[in-house]
Amino acid sequence: MSKRIDVSGLTAYYGAHKAIEDISMTIEPRTVTAFIGPSGCGKSTFLRTLNRMHEVTPGGRVEGKVLLDGEDLYGPGVDPVAVRRQVGMVFQRPNPFPTMSVFDNVAAGLRLNGVRKKSDLSDIVEKSLKGANLWNEVKDRLDKPGAGLSGGQQQRLCIARAIAVEPEVLLMDEPCSALDPISTLAVEDLIGELKERFTIVIVTHNMQQAARVSDRTAFFNLAGVGRPGRLIEIDDTERIFSNPSVQATEDYISGRFG
Amino acid sequence: MTTPAVTDRPAGALRGGRLPRWFPLAVVAASIVVAVAIGLGAGLHSTVQWGLIAALLAVGGTYAVAARVEGRRQARDRVATSLVWVCFLVAVIPLASLIWATLRRGVKVLDGYFLTHSMAGVADTEPGGGVYHALLGTLEQVGLATVIAVPVGVLTAVYLVEYGRGGLARAVTFFVDVMTGIPSIVAGLFVLSFWILILKMGYSGFAGSLALAILMMPVVVRSTEEMLKLVPRELREASLALGVPKWRTILKVVLPTSLGGIVTGVMLSIARVTGETAPVLLLVWGTNFINANPFSDPQASLPLFIYQQYANSAGAGAAYDRAWAAALTLIAFVMILNLVARGIARFTAPTTGR
Repeated sequence: MSKRIDVSGLTAYYGAHKAIEDISMTIEPRTVTAFIGPSGCGKSTFLRTLNRMHEVTPGGRVEGKVLLDGEDLYGPGVDPVAVRRQVGMVFQRPNPFPTMSVFDNVAAGLRLNGVRKKSDLSDIVEKSLKGANLWNEVKDRLDKPGAGLSGGQQQRLCIARAIAVEPEVLLMDEPCSALDPISTLAVEDLIGELKERFTIVIVTHNMQQAARVSDRTAFFNLAGVGRPGRLIEIDDTERIFSNPSVQATEDYISGRFG
Repeated sequence: MTTPAVTDRPAGALRGGRLPRWFPLAVVAASIVVAVAIGLGAGLHSTVQWGLIAALLAVGGTYAVAARVEGRRQARDRVATSLVWVCFLVAVIPLASLIWATLRRGVKVLDGYFLTHSMAGVADTEPGGGVYHALLGTLEQVGLATVIAVPVGVLTAVYLVEYGRGGLARAVTFFVDVMTGIPSIVAGLFVLSFWILILKMGYSGFAGSLALAILMMPVVVRSTEEMLKLVPRELREASLALGVPKWRTILKVVLPTSLGGIVTGVMLSIARVTGETAPVLLLVWGTNFINANPFSDPQASLPLFIYQQYANSAGAGAAYDRAWAAALTLIAFVMILNLVARGIARFTAPTTGR
């Protein structure tokens, strides 16, 4: 249930503006890869190119290759909807569907994959909520609106919604930046459990979080104001935080940036 | 003004003179008394003039007294507040008096008989008769217009918000704006020339519905468009990232989220066209008999009924009373629609459940 991602020579644009340039990396299955770097360096943009969400933004355009177990996501005839079913995403701000109950939120992705039987749905919803460490908190209020949960619960609801469709890869765009430390801890523990089943890529501004949860860390940086973002280096997290091979990485991690 | 008012507090002071809470009421009462006195003294017959004098006195008096006691900043604050109140009253008085006049004259003949009988065989000068045929006609014409205009309007708005880029979307927006300004008589003339004179279809409730639908469409498009724009981009992205196709995202996430607002917009557009007289006069023609089939032969409608009864009444008598009763029926009809719309909007609004 998890696949390997090979990116080569990826460049992404917003209209005429080049946001990231010539990024290549390999993401192994069943690992957590963290993206760190200053704001505006293209971490989120790069993340969104991995499940073709970048092109949802008006003017969004991508060049290069993203191979998911050898199959190019940007190849001719590839259906972005099919890609997104395999590569799920969790966003920065918790965004449960406001018109739906807790149950319907988790079931939203399933229903369109043809799962209609109530008992099947219930099983998967329960499994997903348990997988997101949320079951005990919401099992008595499954029919209540999802927007009524606390911020941390909402974010775990969104994670449950994303893993309910059993994707191969889970992309997380700063999933804890709107959460308090306790909810953050809950989500981090969850990431540790989820990597048994999924390939996880997480964007974070929190260096300690990257060090805590990830196996590999990629450092992105801007070449300069108005210039596209680039991948500076990617290595084992331990090495990045102890002995990075590029000076800029060490400067950023130790707070001597800029 | 370089010299501050005597009572302006010294710089840095936190306390100053305060007027009692009953002050605004007292000023209003005093202004009314003085205005009435002036009105009587000067022999002004119009109560509107009395009211305007009272309003001016109240605003001026508030400023004068407050500036003395509390200082100039507080006085300006109080003047702004009293101006808001005056404007509110100016807006509400005509509305209230309209409803009052309609109620007072309308209840005379408005009863179960009036609502369930037509004007068949009743001469204009005779008492009796009713509004059933017109009520039925209005319901059918407005209902058909809604059935035509709402799908077209909502889908146009979905196109503009979710799909429309570039020239075509701009052109559609432009023509929707132009359509908003079409006078109802022009919409009526258009359908008359096209549907009745060129296609030779004959007068019918449906012809009226076509004109009403033309009037409803831009309102529906505009209000739906605004509601769809309010749906956060994050929700659309959340759905797309789950692998939900775009059309399903729109159907299952975007439209339900904005349903309350869309329903309100639709109801407002219905309320707007329910009172239209001109296209109905041109296209539906009017009749004294019950015609339940909107697709052939003339029908009646409430606004048309009011117009015809009033025109034949010479300002008094049975027809005159029927016109007012029908007006009351029409207002009640629109009001009930609005209440239903508000109920639906509240019922379907996304709840937080806290």
